[in-house]
Amino acid sequence: MPDRALEQAFAAYVGQPFGPPEQGRDPVNEPMIRQWCDAMGDQNPVYWDAGAAAKSAHGGVVAPPTMLQAWILSGWRMASADRPPQDRQEELHALFQQHGYTGVVATNCEQEYARYLKPGERVRAEAVIEAISEEKVTALGTGYFIVTRTTFRSDAGDAVGSMLFRVLRFKPEKRPEAQPAAGAAPAKPGRIPPLRGHDNGWWWEAIDRGEILIQKCSGCGALRHPPRPMCPECQSTEWGTTPCAGHGSVHSHVVMHHPPMPGYDFPVAIALIDLAEGTRLVANIVDCPFEEIHIGMKVEASIEEMGGVKMPVFRRIG
Amino acid sequence: MSVGRRLSQVKVGEELPPLDVPLTAAIIVGGAIASRDYTPVHHDRSAAQATGMSDVFMNILTTNGYVGRFVTDWAGPDATIRKVAIKLGAPNLPGDTMKLRGRVAKVDAQAGQVEVEVVAKNNWGDHATGSVTLALPR
Repeated sequence: MPDRALEQAFAAYVGQPFGPPEQGRDPVNEPMIRQWCDAMGDQNPVYWDAGAAAKSAHGGVVAPPTMLQAWILSGWRMASADRPPQDRQEELHALFQQHGYTGVVATNCEQEYARYLKPGERVRAEAVIEAISEEKVTALGTGYFIVTRTTFRSDAGDAVGSMLFRVLRFKPEKRPEAQPAAGAAPAKPGRIPPLRGHDNGWWWEAIDRGEILIQKCSGCGALRHPPRPMCPECQSTEWGTTPCAGHGSVHSHVVMHHPPMPGYDFPVAIALIDLAEGTRLVANIVDCPFEEIHIGMKVEASIEEMGGVKMPVFRRIG
Repeated sequence: MSVGRRLSQVKVGEELPPLDVPLTAAIIVGGAIASRDYTPVHHDRSAAQATGMSDVFMNILTTNGYVGRFVTDWAGPDATIRKVAIKLGAPNLPGDTMKLRGRVAKVDAQAGQVEVEVVAKNNWGDHATGSVTLALPR
């Protein structure tokens, strides 16, 4: 369940700047550039050799573009873990922390550089909390993605670069291995069975008996699938069924790699089948190399138990 | 580093010279400090372990720095990086090796730019995947 109290509290942060622009403590400078190049093993001479840099497209020594954010980070101050929040972004993270979203992981970083910086220039950053996602279930745990956007400006005021940054705040998933070793590993989950309701239960019951049925309007005779209570052609709610011979061709298909669902051997081929009777059916294609599946490929159905659930599946024929 | 690439020499599909970086604590801590990122998890093993990691792990600026270096090692001093967009995955830890691989995905002769697809793998999986857009001399 989404945490409504948290969602109400964080809504106030969306669109807000972190605070006043963050001023770089030092101008762009050669000692910091050199230290950076050492750590990165970067031997590009435009970052340190005035002679080579002058002859290059850059016309003189420039800072590595990927160093952009280094000019405004606060350094030593970041080392104290227990300091109070310094800006709205830190307040926001503290809020997530209080609500049990203790995990944090950066997922995306996109930087654009309008131009390279030169030694002597000063940089300031204007950062905004751009968006917070709805609640997401991830492999790490349930949480929210926070997107921030930072514009970097020189002392002349021009935007020299920008950065989009996305982090996930999450409630760490309880790992099975963290539980006391009371016995065997938890059973591997199987497939999620199809939901059977008042309007479609009969169709799955037929599958259980080994039959594929197609719903047929008693008023106008039109066939329809998936099952539903009213005929889209004549609005009659009277209906019967007609058997499906299980022959058809591929109308469209996809090979699904992600996200893996329990009970399937991923990747899986999923196709929309044009049945000979005229309706369509979504099902897996089995025993066919993915690269050979194509639109128009003739297929034949059988009903098989897959991962504990009976399902129609299709195989290539001809 | 290579002499450098000109736009006219670059073709889609060209592979960049691979770069394998043996990861040491010095690279991880040094990269964090060189980027003025004193967040404890990047230099203090016990702080990193408190978050469930086995050791200090690389900060994003260092990843960006290596991605930038990897591309300009190939492209040369006249290249100008316009954009680095990466998706972050498996953390970089001391003792592992980060393997950078790249391939030219797009050549835009009109704009004088190329786009390189980059992947940085380690023993856990993909540390970073993404693309770098750079302008090359004609």
